[in-house]
Amino acid sequence: MTSTTIDSPRTPAGSAKRRGVNWEKWGWVYMRVSGVVLLVLIFGHLFVNLMVGEGVKAIDFAFVGGKWSDPFWKVWDTLMLWLAMIHGGNGMRTIVNDYARTPVLRKVLKGAILASVVVLIVLGTLVVFTFDPCPAVSADQAHLLPSFCPAP
Amino acid sequence: MSTATLDAAPSDADAIESFTVTLIIRRFDPDVDDEPRWQDFDVEMFATDRILDALHKIKWEQDGSLTFRRSCAHGICGSDAMRINGRNRLACKTLIKDLDISKPIYVEAIKGLPLEKDLIVDMEPFFASYREVQPFLQARTMPGAGKERVQSVVDRARFDDTTKCILCAACTSSCPVFWTDGQYFGPAAIVNAHRFIFDSRDDEAKVRLDILGGKDGVWRCRTTFNCTEACPRGIQVTQAIAEVKSALMRGTA
Repeated sequence: MTSTTIDSPRTPAGSAKRRGVNWEKWGWVYMRVSGVVLLVLIFGHLFVNLMVGEGVKAIDFAFVGGKWSDPFWKVWDTLMLWLAMIHGGNGMRTIVNDYARTPVLRKVLKGAILASVVVLIVLGTLVVFTFDPCPAVSADQAHLLPSFCPAP
Repeated sequence: MSTATLDAAPSDADAIESFTVTLIIRRFDPDVDDEPRWQDFDVEMFATDRILDALHKIKWEQDGSLTFRRSCAHGICGSDAMRINGRNRLACKTLIKDLDISKPIYVEAIKGLPLEKDLIVDMEPFFASYREVQPFLQARTMPGAGKERVQSVVDRARFDDTTKCILCAACTSSCPVFWTDGQYFGPAAIVNAHRFIFDSRDDEAKVRLDILGGKDGVWRCRTTFNCTEACPRGIQVTQAIAEVKSALMRGTA
């Protein structure tokens, strides 16, 4: 005999649809963990860029190129990018949940946030890992290269 | 006569000083008004009088149409929560002496719930989320015949703070997350869930944690502490919410 199963009394409310990952919970945890890590990453970043050595005057194309030739700073900057973008995106999502009144507006705004987060993360990661200050160029474009590049 | 005041005219020397206090009350009569409007009243008050006394004086002597809820008038029924000078208070526990009467005192209904008339709001959304957390004892075991459920002092102390709730809605209607879309359960419902989640005699903590772990549950709390500040019973509401969060993290009460 087939029949629909009736839940036993006091079955947790909505347990059927809520089974699986509790995204709200992990979102909440993520905000706290990433916040602490970002505190170190961002202030470390600011300290190294603005205060160490010559300070802010040292920042130019060569400085950035130099940093991104070091795997340590590649990992540092990528981590900062991912953690900060998702942290910010999730924060914006929270604000939309609070203030967007209609379901359509909610969907549109959350979609826009997701799209911008994804685009910025992909572009940023691409730049960090493929950045080459001295790309191979044809001779007539060699003058466009920064001065520290070895002559072709 | 048991009341010693008013009957015998006191001499000037021992007369208790009274003050003229201006109250600006946010009035709304759904039959007449499209929008709430502010109306001021001057009342003669003693320092030891309460805002509720001022409202009574207005209703009895100046404008009988002023509408507000009150029942016990002693801070335990939770009927007269209202926004006094921008803070959620019980009118019956707010003394004139604790307010700056050199300026008018602003009195309005609590925020975030539908305004019905003057200082009265529709409490139904508030009680609906209260009901949703199953605020009643659910035990799977029976106490021994003729016995009561025994609980140690330590186990009782675990949830003592949240037993003090009088459901006045001062906390929930001070919560900016509750103001925004009203989907959030609100601090009061979480406080009352906390009271049973951490009760050693109750066996359905998991059910309540499931309810509060959802989309409109405790994760929407932004720890602004408005609720703790608003609670007329001094319940550490934000802490109770945080304890429910950490119970959800551990997966058990």
